[in-house]
Amino acid sequence: MRRITRIATAGIASAALALSVSACGSDKKSDTAGDAKDGKAAIAYDIGGRGDQSFNDAAFAGLEKAEKEFGISGTEAEPSEGEGDPDKVQRLTSLARAGNNPVIGVGFAYAPAIAEVAPKFPDTTFGLIDDTSKTGKNIANLVFNEEQGSYLAGVAAAKVTKSNTVGFIGGVETPLIKKFEAGFVQGVKDTNKNVNVKVQYLTQPPDFGGFSKPDLGKAAAQGQIDAGADVIYAAAGLAGSGSIEAAAKAKKWAIGVDSDQYNQSGLAAYKEYILTSVTKDVSGSVYNLIKSVKDGKPQSGEVRYGLDANGVGLSTSNPAFTKLTEVTAAVDKAKADIASGKVKVNTAP
Amino acid sequence: MKKFDKDKVLLGIAGPALALAVAFVLTTLVLLVSGLDPIEPYSLMIQEAEYPDIQVLILNQTGTYYLAALAVAIGFRMNLFNIGVDGQYRLAAMVAAVVGASVELPGPLHVLLIVLVAVLVGAFWAGVAGFLKTTRGVSEVVSTIMLNAIATSLIAWLILPANLGEQLKGSNDLTTGEIAESGWMTGLAVEGGNIYGFTFVAFALGVVYWFVLNRTRFGFDLRATGASESAAQASGVDAKKMVLTAMLISGGIAGLTGLPLLLGQTHTYSLAFPAGVGFTGITIALLGRNNPLGLFFAALLISFLEKASASLDQYGYPKEITTIMKGLIVIAVVVSYELVRQYGLRRQQQKVGEELAAQARKNKEDVAA
Repeated sequence: MRRITRIATAGIASAALALSVSACGSDKKSDTAGDAKDGKAAIAYDIGGRGDQSFNDAAFAGLEKAEKEFGISGTEAEPSEGEGDPDKVQRLTSLARAGNNPVIGVGFAYAPAIAEVAPKFPDTTFGLIDDTSKTGKNIANLVFNEEQGSYLAGVAAAKVTKSNTVGFIGGVETPLIKKFEAGFVQGVKDTNKNVNVKVQYLTQPPDFGGFSKPDLGKAAAQGQIDAGADVIYAAAGLAGSGSIEAAAKAKKWAIGVDSDQYNQSGLAAYKEYILTSVTKDVSGSVYNLIKSVKDGKPQSGEVRYGLDANGVGLSTSNPAFTKLTEVTAAVDKAKADIASGKVKVNTAP
Repeated sequence: MKKFDKDKVLLGIAGPALALAVAFVLTTLVLLVSGLDPIEPYSLMIQEAEYPDIQVLILNQTGTYYLAALAVAIGFRMNLFNIGVDGQYRLAAMVAAVVGASVELPGPLHVLLIVLVAVLVGAFWAGVAGFLKTTRGVSEVVSTIMLNAIATSLIAWLILPANLGEQLKGSNDLTTGEIAESGWMTGLAVEGGNIYGFTFVAFALGVVYWFVLNRTRFGFDLRATGASESAAQASGVDAKKMVLTAMLISGGIAGLTGLPLLLGQTHTYSLAFPAGVGFTGITIALLGRNNPLGLFFAALLISFLEKASASLDQYGYPKEITTIMKGLIVIAVVVSYELVRQYGLRRQQQKVGEELAAQARKNKEDVAA
């Protein structure tokens, strides 16, 4: 009898764990794959999937724009929690097999899978966002100078802080997010040495919950605000929306990431506290790749997006931000300094 | 006697069957409630499973899950709940990948070394929990959960380029470096891809598991201690030693869990290495009733659910329905096993009662005559 009760406890405990592991909300309305005459394009999402108000949504925005303009039909595929390379290989294979061109892997995790699948479909262009380590004739590596945009955010944060304390929240401690941290910290310190930057990461790989769990972002932001921070920059995907919520509730500034989060409908309630967002033109890069395929001149090799042409940048959609002319002037000056090479932004902290 | 055995088998199958049926019905209800077609997702999944590459994917995943489930099952047979399989296999795979990438040996030896390192690391990590339980009485449930978290942090630290990891130029991923080709394990190339060599090792271990548990003195001691520690102690089994040994074996097998993927596909441990396999292993061990054959079918079922559902969202269905289904299976399994057990018990009592009554009647007739 005791054994049974114990196994029952075990079962309930593991069920609870399994549920908490997989408790990532997905409030998406998937489009059904149709056979459009004008071509098909597909994106395979990173952890968090569509609805993260950030990185993946930006990729979707690019696809959506291309759908409208070129009349192509777009397909989206989401990853499962805790999956491995074989699953990604399979996903890309099935997307390519279905005739999608280009097939875009959103996020560096797709690198090994694309390297494996691309040679099997020489007539399909594969887009790989955030990685240049795997190259090929039909692979377009879409990469960004995230550190430059984050540097500008650091300048703005150092200018608006009154408590001389600002916070950085990274989703998952990966080299990519450390680029954000490096740029931000350097931007703050170059502007005002006396400003203290609190750095916190939500999770460590392979726990990618730091990109998908808003409660983690909220708690971390709360902690930094309690410690005196009055500007919070979160580079944490969907989890970052929790940080924005916490900052807005405490009437502190939040800095968004990837998409212009001031304009995200899901964050409308907190928008007046979103000072600015470090934009990363994932949507433009997706759109450009689809366009290049459509025009018969598919991109290939490294396609880098920097401060020039607004591949990365700082959004100015919040009127409260543009009103702070001293801040925007400092940002513009920093931008010019980076462009002229006077300031070199580090890519690692 | 024979008839009783048939009953036992029937009752054994009734548990999982009942659980699956309940999970299936409830999932269908969820689909109905959310306004979706309740039948089409299933037919899409079956269609999907007809592709050879998906079949290979399912089989390879089955091998991985089978190892995780074996690790959990050994604990269960001993009345130990090793919830730390997840941390054990990740740490083992990571360290094994580091060792594998840093040496070059002739083929079989290289593979053997990687396997050995994985077993030792897995056993060590589980052994910590075993040691704490036997010496300090710390519940292994608590300590293994904590060790999972510690493993995550430890791996995150070890894999930094400043320590054991490396970052390829232009990549945002961290890896442990690629294992030389002599350390790869050849698989079986079939139409849909490559069935990892270690997948077959996994299934072979199932046979070993059955043999050791049911046909050796050690297996008997283990099951006896699991059934009643004090009774086993009274009959001369060193229960504490058994706890520690079982934990070490469970951890050693858990250490193997990452190897099908490591030796057959990625040849490196990276940030994208799958996590959570250990928790799925618990589901499978519960569903498969710790029986090697049951574990296989349970692993196959869960792999099918996961892999065949992967492209559901391309057809407008949320693939999370399989997550719901897996959760429901766990809960349904626990409830249905208890129900079936009680039913079996009642049936047995009834039978014994009937036999006794018949005996009594016969005695009466004898007396009357």
